[in-house]
Amino acid sequence: MKHTLAVLAAALVTSATPVLADDTLDVVAQFEIQSAEPSTSGYIFTRMGVAETLTNADPAGVLVPGLATDWAASEDGLTWTFTLRDGGLFHDGTAVTPDAVANALTIARGKPGPLAKTPVTAIEAGEGAVVITLSEPFAALPAYLAHYSAQILAPAAYGADGAGVQVIGTGPYRITDLAPPLRLKAEAFADYWGNAPHVPNVSYAAVSRVETRALMAESGEADFVFGLDPASVARLDMSDAATVHSVAIPRTLLMKVNASHPALSEPEARQALSLSIDREGIAKAVLRYPEGATQLFPPSVGDWHDANLAPLAYDPEAARALLADLGWTAGSDGILTRDGERFALTLTTYPDRPELPLVASVLEQQFRAIGVELTINTTNSSEISSGHQDGSLDLGLIARNFGLIPTPVGTVLSDYAPTGDWGAMGWQNDEIIALARSVGRGDGGLEAQKRIAEILQTELPIIPIAWYRQTLAVAKGVEGAVIDPWERTFGLQDLKLAQ
Amino acid sequence: MNTLMTRAIQALMVAVLIGAATFAMMRALPGDAAYRIAAGRYGYDNVDTAAADAVRDELGLGGPALPAFLGWLGDLLRLDFGTSLVTGQPVIEEIGHQLGASMALAGVAVLLSLILGPPLGILAGLRPGGVLDRVLLVVSTGLKAVPQFLMALILILILSVQFRLLPAAGHGEARHFILPALALALGLAAVNARIARDAMARIGAMPFYSFAQWMGLSPRQTLWRHGLRNVSVPLLTYLGLQFVTLVEGVVVVEAVFGWPGIGHALVHAIFSRDVPMVQGTALCLGLSFVLINTLIDLVTQRIDPRRAA
Repeated sequence: MKHTLAVLAAALVTSATPVLADDTLDVVAQFEIQSAEPSTSGYIFTRMGVAETLTNADPAGVLVPGLATDWAASEDGLTWTFTLRDGGLFHDGTAVTPDAVANALTIARGKPGPLAKTPVTAIEAGEGAVVITLSEPFAALPAYLAHYSAQILAPAAYGADGAGVQVIGTGPYRITDLAPPLRLKAEAFADYWGNAPHVPNVSYAAVSRVETRALMAESGEADFVFGLDPASVARLDMSDAATVHSVAIPRTLLMKVNASHPALSEPEARQALSLSIDREGIAKAVLRYPEGATQLFPPSVGDWHDANLAPLAYDPEAARALLADLGWTAGSDGILTRDGERFALTLTTYPDRPELPLVASVLEQQFRAIGVELTINTTNSSEISSGHQDGSLDLGLIARNFGLIPTPVGTVLSDYAPTGDWGAMGWQNDEIIALARSVGRGDGGLEAQKRIAEILQTELPIIPIAWYRQTLAVAKGVEGAVIDPWERTFGLQDLKLAQ
Repeated sequence: MNTLMTRAIQALMVAVLIGAATFAMMRALPGDAAYRIAAGRYGYDNVDTAAADAVRDELGLGGPALPAFLGWLGDLLRLDFGTSLVTGQPVIEEIGHQLGASMALAGVAVLLSLILGPPLGILAGLRPGGVLDRVLLVVSTGLKAVPQFLMALILILILSVQFRLLPAAGHGEARHFILPALALALGLAAVNARIARDAMARIGAMPFYSFAQWMGLSPRQTLWRHGLRNVSVPLLTYLGLQFVTLVEGVVVVEAVFGWPGIGHALVHAIFSRDVPMVQGTALCLGLSFVLINTLIDLVTQRIDPRRAA
């Protein structure tokens, strides 16, 4: 027993050593590593600077060179040529050849993901370049190649069936130890084509509980902690262990509406629901954000956000009047009825993002105030998708990412042209379909984007509630941390340690 | 030998029953398995009908139940646990990795609880109604009443954030064991201490115990020769039962401390409808329950003075 106590005491003493003494920067986030498969866990490899894509995006969403130095479409828009960077090397020492890149992209296109939804017919190796053939013009293609699932891994990284078996990327960091589901370690890659990183070693740990992540930042156990909850941010702001960064990201908390539901088919009914939501209150009290959403596209998605659009308002009186005009009358329990049908709906949401069930319970109260009864069903995120498919969904409270690729057009095409598992349901607008496709082709321009935002604002096939912010706590002594609003990279290669 | 034979048959029955029960339960759950698996693989940003259809095609889901179950049983007899539907890795590899991490954590927790609980319990049981006895009753009831989730956070707040003594979470080094093991051990020790106290009080009041002291043995000698062995029998038996509490606790504590164990794996597998992983982990837990109880039976048979006589 004495011996055991001695061991415990020794462990207590050794644990008090400084965090960065081992030259390893410890990153903690909520995302678990499933395996070496890029289509499922690839976003961790790109964020950690292990794997790279042909194109990258700057914070404004403008595409910048990645493994491709430039790209151009043919006159008819059906052939794209991506010129590859000279001297790129994979972590196994092999060269980044056009064949290797074409191989990686062809495998990526065969798996579920954004690339599978593009009109690509062939991906071939050219002279120092990769040539992609399309069945119809598609100007957004370079942005799709910035998605993590289109990351370029060496041919040896894939098994015979195309499944990822090893992560052999081209990034500034090379994996030394991959231990799914919770950990990876990486070191600076000496033959990286770009600037060598300042921090020699990095580690990644997946910690699913937000409370634990915040405490790791507070105790100095982790140097770079991603995804914090509002309460922890408030506490960490007072702590001297870490600096909290926060930035608006192209993700919107919104309510997906089944417009073919008898009670929700009239646009006025959807407007009434929208008018009953106190967005400012939800933003400040639940999310602790400075403001609620005034339209679907947050300011962070650049010119898709239209500052001149009349903002979504909070006016329960007007909501009640709209519903009264539609023939709804209050029953004895205060819930509206029409032709013997109660205005009762089920709101489906998922706990993967902890704020969603909280917002759902606030909505339950705010809807009740206008006579709408809400039942909350917190379940698996895929129930939104399957409920859309079989038509059983009434309302879904979701966090929709407009930055899957560094332009919202990808999400707009998959959600509103015509409908989508995470977008419009039972609502179809031919004008939006035509506009979105024209933006996708590249001939739509700013006017088309504005018109899309305007139609969504008046018709409300989905009801926007809040614009997300991403948060990050960085240990004091680590300099140069910036949150990428497109959530593509942690920017580890630009971090410096104060001496 | 007889015990071992009975236990072997028991283990076999446990394996078949667990397999059938998990299989039936996973089938009976509402919701489309292909969607759940797709959500587990690709996350909520990317799960859609196209992904679910791709999963369904790849895995051939939706076939009749009986052949699928018999197939699993047949594979099991060849010691093939199948592959995870979400990660595509062999189940046996994933469990091997995770079970090891959980066993190590559970082992340290039990050890810690045995260091903390029984000695205090025995001391309290030697003087029933004394100050220590009364204080211990309050403390152990309090500790047992704190949910492990809360206990874990309290420990992190005090030992990691306030005093910066231990890492708040993580895995891989010896110091990472202390907090999660302690979070588990305090709850176990609370009960251990009560069992030891009651056993000690009961044995202390027995005529043979007084007789030993009357013969001239010092209290220390009496405890050492006649007390401990008797106290350890109910304690060990109870340890077998505590394994259930431990598994329950491991699930919670692993989530809080980011520990890559079997509890963590089981929760994820259930959530994303990963049937082979659920069957594999449940089977491992069930069989370890049989194994631990067998070991405890064997040990108690040896040390119980009533049987030895």
